Amino acid sequence: MSLFRTELRRLTKRRFTRYMTLLGLLVLAVVVVGVFFTNQKIGADQLAKAERQAEQDYRQQVVRTDQERASCEQAKKAGTATDGRYPDDCSMITPPPRESFEARWFLPSTFNFRETFDETLIPFAATLALVGFIVGASFVGAEWSTGGMMNLLLWRPKRLTVLLTKLAALLTGILAVTLPAAVLWFAGFWAVASFRGSTEKMTSGAWQSFALTGLRGVALVLVLTTIGFALASLGRHTAMALGGVVAVMVVFQFGLGILLEMANVKFAEAWLLPTYALAWMTKTVTLQNWDSCNATYFGSCEPETMDITWQQSSVLFSIGVVVILGAALWAMRRRDIS
Amino acid sequence: MPAVLEIEGLRKTYKSRRRGTRNALDGFDMRVDAGQVHGFLGPNGSGKTTTLRTLLGLIRPDGGRMTLLGHEVPDALPTVAGQVGAIVESPQFFPHFSARDTLSLLAGAGEVPQARVDEVLELVGLRDRAGERVKTYSLGMKQRLAVASALLKNPKLLILDEPANGLDPGGIREMRTLMRTLAESGMTVLLSSHILGEIQLICDSVTIISLGRRVAFGPVDEVLAQHSSGAVRVRLEAVSDLPAATDALTRAGIRVTGHPDHLMLADVDKPASVTRLLAEHNLYVSELAPIAVDLESVFLELTATAPVPGQHRQVDESMKVGGTGQPGTTGGGWGA
Ligand SMILES: Nc1ncnc2c1ncn2[C@@H]1O[C@H](COP(=O)(O)OP(=O)(O)O)[C@@H](O)[C@H]1O
Ligand SMILES: [Mg+2]
Repeated sequence: MSLFRTELRRLTKRRFTRYMTLLGLLVLAVVVVGVFFTNQKIGADQLAKAERQAEQDYRQQVVRTDQERASCEQAKKAGTATDGRYPDDCSMITPPPRESFEARWFLPSTFNFRETFDETLIPFAATLALVGFIVGASFVGAEWSTGGMMNLLLWRPKRLTVLLTKLAALLTGILAVTLPAAVLWFAGFWAVASFRGSTEKMTSGAWQSFALTGLRGVALVLVLTTIGFALASLGRHTAMALGGVVAVMVVFQFGLGILLEMANVKFAEAWLLPTYALAWMTKTVTLQNWDSCNATYFGSCEPETMDITWQQSSVLFSIGVVVILGAALWAMRRRDIS
Repeated sequence: MPAVLEIEGLRKTYKSRRRGTRNALDGFDMRVDAGQVHGFLGPNGSGKTTTLRTLLGLIRPDGGRMTLLGHEVPDALPTVAGQVGAIVESPQFFPHFSARDTLSLLAGAGEVPQARVDEVLELVGLRDRAGERVKTYSLGMKQRLAVASALLKNPKLLILDEPANGLDPGGIREMRTLMRTLAESGMTVLLSSHILGEIQLICDSVTIISLGRRVAFGPVDEVLAQHSSGAVRVRLEAVSDLPAATDALTRAGIRVTGHPDHLMLADVDKPASVTRLLAEHNLYVSELAPIAVDLESVFLELTATAPVPGQHRQVDESMKVGGTGQPGTTGGGWGA
């Protein structure tokens, strides 16, 4: 227990941890504020204004088509060549029907809690997962590269206990930031919805679904933190973990993406990690293959689809964590520390 | 006296895919008795740090037995770690923490009362600078911090790998006094160093290592005596008597080298016998001085690392004891 408390103290004492956390929270705050200012509540005023706007646009369109038709007829009379600019029959130039100018196109954007909140949990989880990854990697990576780990092992020779306690302290710290941040995130967007949108139709089912998405987001943060920690411990360097991830992203993801694209592989996104992170958050991601055509009754083409579910993502992430953390623990047990 | 530290036949082979294997420790033995200040000497790359690392469980040995405070290590390390304070090869610390934070975190991890932190800071002379970041410390200050971290546990055995590294003369002397005080209070101190004058001044006993093997060990004066050349310088009242004296001594079977104003005798067991022999021939001795050997010359002799004019000795060019017929050894160099 003393080791755990000490490691927690070490984690919070580090300026890097503090700055990164602060930065992450700042980004989240900016998102909330940004959404607040780009949305508006829809009242009678806004509706009337949108209606006026639609009417005005319709009128403009009518005027424009009238002009167009007039110049068409003029051209016909003069017999000048029109280079196919006008149809043979000038009366074909008619304005679009009034119905195609719907007032709702002209409404300002508004924040509907029930419809949009779960989407906001994706940037929330992504930001904190990134913070967790970097903080986790630096926490153990700096220990290795500065010799702190060796010093600690002279006091606590049980290596696995030391590494796992460090990880536990790290996850506790990250959780201690993520959970309150999640509560604030809910509260923040509730406020946005109350002042700049609507909080209608929030049934208990909807709440439950949001809470579950939030929990999946927290899990994603913890998984990425663990992976950052394990990679840095394996490489014994913060830079190693960060560089490794950049390498994976660039070479593996972009490179692979381009290769698959060139090879015309069906559902290329199914090979890319972010797809699985997205599926984990949204429960399913449906990939579409536009090259294939499943003819419908109406003669149109429906692309072939493939669903990636959150269960598949959970399997993938579990295997990833087990393999990477396992390797870090194995290396910790075996290797010479000098 | 009970042994605080015992090593028998310790082996460590570093394997490198590119450069083959290197036997850093090649059947090394060592014994340190309780309450001693024990010096651990050896040329660069002879295996001192490797020995200490292995002992402390940082690297795993390829063979041999080790005990610390009567417990087999590395298995019993969790039991004894609390009683062994150690610094290994100029230790590094997280540069952005202050000395006090660094020690406080170690104390927390090792369940040592926090009050001890200020005690050791005072002891190593860092009290007034303890709040500054380690990054801003000089080498000697870092070394002091390292010693403080080793002392934090109030250990029964203190292991210091070249603690004088980077210390100023005052610091070296303080360290010497500190070590004597600690030893008097019952702590056993194992000290690796290159500064042989230091070792000779403060150590009760020494172990000398060369290319991963022990070449000499025992109390300092015994090691000195064993390796003293037995040379004696003799001066007579009258310089004109020197040839007669040479004659008499040579007949008594002593090797004599003549000099204009004195004689050098080799391999003399009892200098007093020389006086008597000469007195019997009515030759009167005005000076009879056994040539003192110091640890440095013994060290250079034993490890065969004395400089030769015109040659540049490379590391690893040093004495190899019993090196023939050892299977798998390659004379210390990177073998095939
Ligand atoms: N991690 C390592 N990998 C390979 N060789 C090593 C390693 N550490 C030490 N050695 C080699 O082992 C030998 C003993 O080194 P060391 O114990 O550090 O010597 P010293 O007596 O100077 O402390 C040296 O030849 C050194 O090059
Ligand atoms: Mg060394």
